[in-house]
Amino acid sequence: MTWTHVADIASAVCLLLGVLLALVAAIGVVRFPDVLSRMHSATKPQVLGLLLVLLGVGLRLRDLSASGLLLLVALSQMVTSPIASHMVGRAAFRAGQVRTDLLVVDELSEVLKAEPDPPGAP
Amino acid sequence: MIVVAGIGLGLLTCAALLLVVRITVGPTMLDRVVALDVLIAVLIAGLGIEAAATRHTTTLPILLVLAMLGFVGSVSVARFTAAGPDEGPGDEGNGRS
Repeated sequence: MTWTHVADIASAVCLLLGVLLALVAAIGVVRFPDVLSRMHSATKPQVLGLLLVLLGVGLRLRDLSASGLLLLVALSQMVTSPIASHMVGRAAFRAGQVRTDLLVVDELSEVLKAEPDPPGAP
Repeated sequence: MIVVAGIGLGLLTCAALLLVVRITVGPTMLDRVVALDVLIAVLIAGLGIEAAATRHTTTLPILLVLAMLGFVGSVSVARFTAAGPDEGPGDEGNGRS
């Protein structure tokens, strides 16, 4: 039982956990009722699941250059996925594709009614 | 490791099929974008499992490209989503899809 065996087992556990998160998110995307709740389940494999899978790959490959590339993938995903989620949620709300009967608090609609977007808003 | 890869790829196939169902059903374009984002994450996970099982580093640059591609796709679709419901397959559309 050398440390390579331990790393392989840890990598297998990480890979399976990441894959399970992806499956759970897919079930959530199919079952949930509107865009915002679907986004809630969609974020799980995008950040945590992907990090677990990349950690598993890194533990299995045990190579410095491959680890750098995996780190780059993780960083780019962690930087870009909040931006994409923000844009999708914003567009969904302003296009009226959110089920307002499911919202608990809705402060944005009053603000939007009072002052519409200036030209050039993102 | 082969067993882990087999189980993982099987679960990922189930996830991808469910996501394709959501992409097909819709009902709005943003639902499809969200499902497509998750599908890209599933693809990245699948390629990662393949790299871990065979211990090849050949597919790793594809992971980087896929991560960037999902971001650009969802941002551009979200940016140009106009108000109003999308046309479903049963609606009387004007030919646009």
